[in-house]
Amino acid sequence: MNLNVQNLGFAHGSTATLEGINATFEAGRLSIILGPNGAGKSTLLACLAGLQKPNSGAAKLGDESISNMPTPARAKRIGLLPQGAETHWAITSEALVALGRIPHLRGVGASTNDRRAIAAAMHATATDGFAHRPITQLSGGERARVLLARVLAGEPEWILADEPLANLDPGYQLDILDLLRQQARGGKGVVAVLHDLQHAVRFADHVVLLHQGSVFAQGAVDDVITAQNLATVYGIDAHLSKDEDGATQLLIKGKMRS
Amino acid sequence: MTSRFMTGLLLLLTLAAFLLSLMAGKVWIWPMSWAADNADGWIFLELRLPRALLGLCVGAVLGLSGAVLQGYLRNPLADPTVLGVSASAALGGVLAIFSGINLVPFGLFGCAMIGAGASILLLLAIGRGGGSIGFILGGMVLSTLAGALTAFVISIAPNPFAASEIINWLMGALTDRLMEDVLTALPFMAIGALLLLTTGRALDALTLGENGARSLSIDLFRLQWLIVLGVGLSVGASVAVSGVVGFVGLIVPHVIRSFYGEQPSRILVPSALGGAILTLTADSLVRLIPGSGELRLGIAMAVLGAPFFLLLLLRYRKGAA
Repeated sequence: MNLNVQNLGFAHGSTATLEGINATFEAGRLSIILGPNGAGKSTLLACLAGLQKPNSGAAKLGDESISNMPTPARAKRIGLLPQGAETHWAITSEALVALGRIPHLRGVGASTNDRRAIAAAMHATATDGFAHRPITQLSGGERARVLLARVLAGEPEWILADEPLANLDPGYQLDILDLLRQQARGGKGVVAVLHDLQHAVRFADHVVLLHQGSVFAQGAVDDVITAQNLATVYGIDAHLSKDEDGATQLLIKGKMRS
Repeated sequence: MTSRFMTGLLLLLTLAAFLLSLMAGKVWIWPMSWAADNADGWIFLELRLPRALLGLCVGAVLGLSGAVLQGYLRNPLADPTVLGVSASAALGGVLAIFSGINLVPFGLFGCAMIGAGASILLLLAIGRGGGSIGFILGGMVLSTLAGALTAFVISIAPNPFAASEIINWLMGALTDRLMEDVLTALPFMAIGALLLLTTGRALDALTLGENGARSLSIDLFRLQWLIVLGVGLSVGASVAVSGVVGFVGLIVPHVIRSFYGEQPSRILVPSALGGAILTLTADSLVRLIPGSGELRLGIAMAVLGAPFFLLLLLRYRKGAA
């Protein structure tokens, strides 16, 4: 089952932020949404997560319109890692991960199945070592993994991540990207909004490049991340080459001189 | 200490504070004379019992409302007064005293509840967008406006006696309430408290911010309704019978958090118990201070609560260092 967007338009008041978007995201792949600030990446992700209702067109899970799905059913199938890594109270890592089970909870307290899912999510993200530490005492990288575990605990078919690497150092960034790729390899659909082109080149199975509220290009990395596209969309002078292993290398030389 | 043990302890303390409130005063009334057919029995039934019940309920709803609002706004400085419900209920009560409606049975209570109800409707209209910022700004403006109008009514009061009666009522007290007043307020407080107790899971989800909560199927609009109605009914009714009792809703959730951890759903019931303990104890203390008049409840509350709170802060600072 795929996640697809058909002729989607979204407007804040009278200004259109997204127009005529068509895109398909396949399960089992790590799809990355790229685009400059203000291109509409987060809005597109919010439509996919069912948090925003498109003004025209639709975001669909298979044949079902996401904004028309009953909320608990939607929340069980589509997990969102929101932007900003917000955590407001000093609760333990385990309690935070347990929040991911909310769409599944019936009555009071967690079932054995809930506890199993929480343990599995913490194991997958290697966060079980600090299950009982308050999240306020964790490093940024540890906290990012706990927040991702929270999404995994809900056992969604789809994982949407809005800038999951913000404020992380390079090592932690790679940890999170590895985890997202692992989830995609495991059969889940993963869609992430990223800013880092290098990461996109290395990790993406599929890229959607947004520009001024429309899809500028989409497809395989080599077809989308080209020197010409980057020059038009970001205004940067980039050089792409293949290294001896056949992997694409991206070198950003500077801003385009106009 | 496990939280089950803590909750047991809180229940015991609540019971003890309730019994203390039944007994303590210029005249101590021991349990053997509660049913006696003499002055002691009369004092117990007509004065002590309604007063203790009121202390229990008012304290509980204030503690609970404070815990819910702090969780909802993700701000430890919030308390039941931020929504402007208490100020509006107080304005209603003040207008009742000013116009003499308070002499009619349930006149004061009715006017205060109308004040609370009006503020609830206004808040729901303001909060339609769903965000908590607009909602809280609306509450603060409402609170300021109602406060200003209250001050205006006091300043145009026809005689010094009316003015002092208004101020006395405003300062909050549990004295001289009839059993009928208490029984009228109880259902409102109970319904309000039940609504607030259902918000735990949504408040927990808000730990992840509004988008995180929404992606977990939390309906923030419904949550806002629950909070406005819950706080409106319970705090409105509490102000209607006992005036504005400050401090409880702000302090109690903090104290409870230091024992139970910060997860919003886990501190709701303990905050209600803590609120009841603080209010009942402060109100007993008020009666035990020697002197002719009675100390105001709000003052006793501050004297009891503030040092304890400061102690907690010191402990917390040490723990953080």
